[in-house]
Amino acid sequence: MKEAVLRKLAESGLAFDAVADLCEMSARQDSSLQRLAEGGAVKIAACFPRAVKWLFHAARADLPLDAAEVLNMRALSAEEVTAALFNPEVKPNLPEGKVTASDAPKAAAA
Amino acid sequence: MALTTQSTLRVVLYEGANAQPLEAGDRFAALSALLEKGFAVTRVSGGRVAPHDRGSMLVLGKFAGGGSLATEGLSAETPVRFQDITGFDTNRIRESAESARAEFGAAKHGDWKPWFPVIDYDRCTNCMQCLSFCLFGVYGVDEQSKIQAQNHDNCKTNCPACSRVCPEAAIMFPKYKAGPINGDVVQNSDLGKEKMKIDISALLGGDVYSALRQRSDAAKTRFSKERDDKKALAERQKCLAKLANAGDIPIEVLMSLPSPEEIQRRAVEAKAKASAALAAQPN
Repeated sequence: MKEAVLRKLAESGLAFDAVADLCEMSARQDSSLQRLAEGGAVKIAACFPRAVKWLFHAARADLPLDAAEVLNMRALSAEEVTAALFNPEVKPNLPEGKVTASDAPKAAAA
Repeated sequence: MALTTQSTLRVVLYEGANAQPLEAGDRFAALSALLEKGFAVTRVSGGRVAPHDRGSMLVLGKFAGGGSLATEGLSAETPVRFQDITGFDTNRIRESAESARAEFGAAKHGDWKPWFPVIDYDRCTNCMQCLSFCLFGVYGVDEQSKIQAQNHDNCKTNCPACSRVCPEAAIMFPKYKAGPINGDVVQNSDLGKEKMKIDISALLGGDVYSALRQRSDAAKTRFSKERDDKKALAERQKCLAKLANAGDIPIEVLMSLPSPEEIQRRAVEAKAKASAALAAQPN
């Protein structure tokens, strides 16, 4: 699945970020995730939208609820994922909830 | 060094101005080789590349015969290496990345399996069950007494026990095999299944730590009489298998538990932290 999606992306003329492990980047609070979250509309091919939403949150990089589309490679076929990636229209699908900036983790208490 | 402070290497596959584009097959092979080694890769076909905030950057491209690249915003804090990959096969591309990673002292990927709890704050009620449950200090609270996963690398690989303890199914392990722990939508039927409003208790119809202690004491008495190491091992395995089945906890995690006394000490400590956090919450 991942290989098929990557192959299609590589054949395209699109700019994209490919990461080996989103979980690891979240645990590291990798600044690339902040860059993605702050960069406007974004499509992410990964796993379940709920997990992706909170992985980004854990990295202190909340995704925009109205401009982030997560394509679930555990549930969709490679064809469905690539078709959605290449579709210029962004269909936001993150679960909407109560999270606000005040919900972001603060520095750990001593 | 904490994961969040380790330096990382960002790899850019540059195919914009003053660089030749790669053939699609070569591009796919290069990307695959780099991802396999754990690198994050940005493929750029034009425009600007944002600097990497915490670490170093390796820019790969077919620069031979091209003009120079316009660079700005570079600093000593974010070292950048440009590597012409004209004529390189995937092995050499991979070696270039490994070499840059070593040179810049960036973190090596794959040394730690990223297994840690991800909290769904849409569901979390800050009840501190997870903080009270975890013996390994994964959880903590922020300045406002809000629960958070703080020490990811303390988490025991493949163990989803705390997510089963969570009464709201708010704890995810994205690499887990099944929903809702893997992040799949939580159904009402999942809540019935996941809800184990316990302080560790209901896993075995009683306090797990107490059960472990009792079994350990009973085993000591019995084994001192029988002097049968095989029976001791069989009994321990039987006990651990039951625990493993009850909570889907890997047997390796249970086998690595500290002594009953240490378990009790940690449990008391975790409960105290949870109690303090609950007491500090605004009414």
